[in-house]
Amino acid sequence: MAFSQESKTATIAIQSFEGATTSQLIWKRFRRHPGAMAGSVVLIGLILAVLLAPLSPYDPEKSNTNERFQTPSWQHPMGTDALGRDLLTRVLYGGRISITVGLMVVAITLSLGVTMGAVAGYAGGMADSILMRITDAALSLPSLLVLILLSAILREVEIPFFQRNSVLTIALVIGLLSWMTFARLVRATFLTLRELDFVTASRCLGASPFQIVVSHILPNAIGPIIVECTLELGYAIIEESGLSFLGFGIQPPTPSWGNLLSNAQENFIRYPWLAIFPGLMIFLTIISVNYIGDGLRDAFDPYKVLQKAGEL
Amino acid sequence: MAQYIVRRLAQAVVLLFLLSILFFALVNLAPGGPLAGYGQIRRMPPEQVAALKRQLGLDKPLPFQYLVWLVGNDWMKVDVDGDGLGDSLGTRQGILRGDFGNSFRSRKPVVDELNIRLPNTLYLMAVTMLVALGIAIPIGVISAIKQYSPFDIAVTTFAFAGQALPEFWLGLILILIFYVWLKNPLTGDPLLPVGGIYTIGTPFSIADRIAHLILPVAAGSLGWLAWYSRFLRSSMLDVMNQDYLRTARAKGLSQRAVMFKHGLRNALIPLVTLLALDLPYLFSGAVFIEMLFSWPGMGLFYYQAALQRDYPVLMAILIIGGISIVLSNLLADVLYAYLDPRIRYS
Repeated sequence: MAFSQESKTATIAIQSFEGATTSQLIWKRFRRHPGAMAGSVVLIGLILAVLLAPLSPYDPEKSNTNERFQTPSWQHPMGTDALGRDLLTRVLYGGRISITVGLMVVAITLSLGVTMGAVAGYAGGMADSILMRITDAALSLPSLLVLILLSAILREVEIPFFQRNSVLTIALVIGLLSWMTFARLVRATFLTLRELDFVTASRCLGASPFQIVVSHILPNAIGPIIVECTLELGYAIIEESGLSFLGFGIQPPTPSWGNLLSNAQENFIRYPWLAIFPGLMIFLTIISVNYIGDGLRDAFDPYKVLQKAGEL
Repeated sequence: MAQYIVRRLAQAVVLLFLLSILFFALVNLAPGGPLAGYGQIRRMPPEQVAALKRQLGLDKPLPFQYLVWLVGNDWMKVDVDGDGLGDSLGTRQGILRGDFGNSFRSRKPVVDELNIRLPNTLYLMAVTMLVALGIAIPIGVISAIKQYSPFDIAVTTFAFAGQALPEFWLGLILILIFYVWLKNPLTGDPLLPVGGIYTIGTPFSIADRIAHLILPVAAGSLGWLAWYSRFLRSSMLDVMNQDYLRTARAKGLSQRAVMFKHGLRNALIPLVTLLALDLPYLFSGAVFIEMLFSWPGMGLFYYQAALQRDYPVLMAILIIGGISIVLSNLLADVLYAYLDPRIRYS
């Protein structure tokens, strides 16, 4: 029995490697993951809806006192809020803000974390110890509490480009407190990869450290980095919503999913839709992103897929 | 091992020292300065503000202020009446001796305020954790043993959903269901209470305490439950592929003994470590739950202090948060080495 299983594995390996590029293989494995496919469809739908928000006949910020607290109906699928604004329109515009903050945080943590991890992992020695001590220190910050403190301070001051907790301010604050996972991940991958022969070979051929890192090591570390990006997107959206829910994040009248929930607190007992829909959007986004991350993790790790399919 | 712990403790002290400098700098260099949250400061005439700053020692250079914050000023003359001259010995003892100053809002010592609230948070955290683990361990183990069974698929899906549910939204929805929609059939009151630890003005009753715990614990524990059940499932699956389990089975032990005596005990090792690492996050997650359910603990206190920029309170809780993270990291490493004899630190 053990024998037949082994040969079966070998056939699968041959079949799946024949005539396909790496990205084709990854895509093939990703498609096998039902959760990841469903997550992708939902997320793409959400992003399209959010992009098409301006098609809504209602204004997201202008109040309309004749239409306060309308129950969900065909005119207002999610009802209206305390100022008579269409909740669906606000949720869609809020989604733009929340998703933008999420993507910006990913960009910030990615560039900061990858740079630090790459320098630490490739250079080693003194640079490595200093950067890793900084990472340790950052990891021992009670991040949610610091996040609250920073945004509570920034909420009340005027600094050029950072007006009163704009999208950029919030993204920077969240990003500054969450690049550490990337740094550690990239460092660990680099420590292994830099010892491999192809790196030595390109060093002998006269490649500069920058060239080696960018064109030889990074492409080989891309899998875990992409997976971490999706997870980070989820965390960032939850963190922004939490911060805005507490009132320290994006400030009204600009809607974000978090501050829609925050505003709902006053009236949700009588008008429950105010609390239900914005939270549902957060939930849908996070669960899709997490499933996509899971699918990508499996897709970049062929051993795991075979194991899951019971073929290994 | 003892040597390792001593070295780690020394590193922890250095790290905490750096964190204290960071927090101090953050508050003092923040626009508006450290007095931004000090009551009527905005309506005071400038001379009075200057006098107040002298009284509080804020006219001194920052490194000196940091030193006073750290070790106190009971060894030097301070300017009590704000006229610019030292009068008598100070009364502050510094955070190293546990004196975090007075809250701007209540004017009472921060330590006294924390002493009232810390037990409430620990109480909520402990119950939340017990509930999360009490459910996560059995379902994690069963779903690993019955991998790919309908039960396993249900648990995995539930774990994904649970991790994607923000606790503040879950809290709102639970309030809607159990406070607004469902009523007690006998009295017509809301089915479950949503504020505080007990009903104010009634004698102590266990039932009342438990009723007040249900919703905050449910909202707070679901995410952890999802996370731990997922973690334990994969940790159990790892263990199940180990040689020592095959050996145990080959010895002729029953499936039950193999799984629970050899499997589960080894699968729990990483979970214990993870628990130690997660403790501080439980503490900060309490901000949302305590705010939603008006639970008079550290999280709610921090939230209120942040709204009013009550810096002495914020600094105290940040320092405590930093200490708990550093210590729990150390605890995790020590526990790991203790529980798994294959691991040796040098």
